[in-house]
Amino acid sequence: MTDVAIAPAVRGRGFWSLAMLRLKQNRAAMAAVVALALLLLAALAGPFVTGHAYDRVYPEFVREPASLTAHPRDEAVRPAFERIAQRMRFAIEAFAISGDIVTATLTSPRPDPRNLALVERSDLFGPAKIVASADDGKRIEVSIPIERVRFIAGTDSNGRDLLTRIFIATRISLAIGLLASAVALVIGVTWGALSGYLGGRVDMVMMRIVDILYSLPFIFFVILLVTFFGRNFLLMFMAVGAVEWLDMARIVRGQTLSLKRQEFVTAAEALGVETAGILKRHIIPNLIGPVIVYVTLLVPKVILLESFLSFLGLGVQEPLTSLGVLISDGAKSIQGGAYMLIWPAAVLIILLLALNFLGDGLRDALDPKDR
Amino acid sequence: MLAFVGRRLLTAAPTLLVIVTLAFFLIRAAPGGPFDMERPLDPQILANLKSYYGLDKSLFEQYLAYLGALLRGDLGPSFVLRDFSVAEILGKGLPVSIRIGGLAILLALLIGGALGIVAAFRQNSWADFSVIGLATLGITIPPFVVAPLLQIVFGLVLAWLPVGGWNDGAVRNTILPVLTLALPQIAVIARMIRASMIETLGAHHIRTLRAQGLSTATITQHALRGAVLPVVSYLGPAAAQLLTGSLVVETIFGLPGVGRYFIEGALNRDYTLVMGTVVLIAVFVLIFNTLVDIIYALLDPRVRHD
Repeated sequence: MTDVAIAPAVRGRGFWSLAMLRLKQNRAAMAAVVALALLLLAALAGPFVTGHAYDRVYPEFVREPASLTAHPRDEAVRPAFERIAQRMRFAIEAFAISGDIVTATLTSPRPDPRNLALVERSDLFGPAKIVASADDGKRIEVSIPIERVRFIAGTDSNGRDLLTRIFIATRISLAIGLLASAVALVIGVTWGALSGYLGGRVDMVMMRIVDILYSLPFIFFVILLVTFFGRNFLLMFMAVGAVEWLDMARIVRGQTLSLKRQEFVTAAEALGVETAGILKRHIIPNLIGPVIVYVTLLVPKVILLESFLSFLGLGVQEPLTSLGVLISDGAKSIQGGAYMLIWPAAVLIILLLALNFLGDGLRDALDPKDR
Repeated sequence: MLAFVGRRLLTAAPTLLVIVTLAFFLIRAAPGGPFDMERPLDPQILANLKSYYGLDKSLFEQYLAYLGALLRGDLGPSFVLRDFSVAEILGKGLPVSIRIGGLAILLALLIGGALGIVAAFRQNSWADFSVIGLATLGITIPPFVVAPLLQIVFGLVLAWLPVGGWNDGAVRNTILPVLTLALPQIAVIARMIRASMIETLGAHHIRTLRAQGLSTATITQHALRGAVLPVVSYLGPAAAQLLTGSLVVETIFGLPGVGRYFIEGALNRDYTLVMGTVVLIAVFVLIFNTLVDIIYALLDPRVRHD
């Protein structure tokens, strides 16, 4: 057998590769892609990097402003240690900090070494070690490591690391946005394609239903769903998706109406392909362009809606968090420090801007007529 | 035109009926009731309360009773805010919401319109780009971020304006809510006017006006008539929503408007109050949609409603 050398076929530029090219030339859209990738990375990997659990409470560090220096500061160590020593019934005779180690000489008329366990219970210190003991244990010298932590974005009003919470919140907000959009996508595309393809009386009834749902006060619907689903956020956002499909259905119906007059659909009909087959094989694949654009614009809408609900206290429940919850907490404690509002708000705005720019870029790329 | 309005109102009736029905059964399906307290009520008292408000009848009977009362214009008593009827509560809340919402729309039309026109005339200049940039920001930054930021800057740092409260409608108290409510609308209107203005400025009749050497003011006037159409159809539902109260702005600034009563009603399962708000909002939406169609026909003689 001899191998037949086949010259690599010159691949023409299809619709999608042309669209990609156009997208790559759009600087705002590419910046949005980079920003989204970074946010996604931070949301997925960030919580493991910060070194704090998102629900770990540091009672000693409530509302610490954002800073790069490690806590506790040296000047805060002694007062904290004095409080502990008092509870241990020890008097401090000598006290020195060198680096991350505290060495102290403690005295007590009736010493109980078990009390030293109290040192470790504080967030600030590690286990105490007795270095030297004199006077029958009435005077001991201990060395205690200081456990230093950093809160790059500060801590919230419960003393939890804000940066970790922002990462988790981004993750939740993105997940909710994608989930609800997926639900809206499935319902909207099916409804719109069916309505547009079947036409006639079916179309009229289906679109009348959409019209009626449109004139319902939307927020009212969502709030009812929230109370109905008992604040289970997964169910809730499937419900939000189930409400957000109206625009999608309209867009898809319009596209379907023009698609179904095309020759390939008529040909399929003439060949006896049944309705479900035509919808699946011919109509829906041809709808992908406008649908993708609409979904990229729907995700920020849902994120905004979730933040809004969380802001009202109807969304994600503690200790889990979302950007809306963080912004709401920040807004409640603006007097304490604006950083608690500004960081999560900045992340939300970047996320929304990026998604919007990407959506606009995709629209320009996929629909060159529309420019 | 009159026949058209009549027909519109006739088709509005079934829509309203569907909305009322959906809302009625949805809120009844939600768990909990208006008389759930921290300490449960004595069963006998609860039974008395329920029979007093007719909640002991079957759901369908209650529905019919509600529809009947609604036809007579009776929105019923509030279950949670005792001693008040829903009509009284909404009557107090609506002027607050209308004032804030109406001022916001006015502001949005003036500023957004002006920005959009300037951007369209100077397309692709720095003025245009800054308007687009501001509009994008205005659409993306949600009001519940803008509001606390305004509160920090004007309420706390500069201490020029009160952070919240209604204070019987003092002008100082309305500035921040109106601004918060208007900002996203300014952005939307600026973008819409810019886009449609650019389109109209390229149309033949405007080119003719230009060729005749007419002033920019006259050209703007003529172009605006065509360019304002999409804004009109956007403003219909938007105005209905703004006038019936913004949930966020009323919550953050602590204003006693319709939106706030609605949230409280939904959380407390105040069935009649929630239903009353829904009916009010739906009526507003229907009225404004009809208004939009009328204005549309006045602005664009090609549109005929018969």
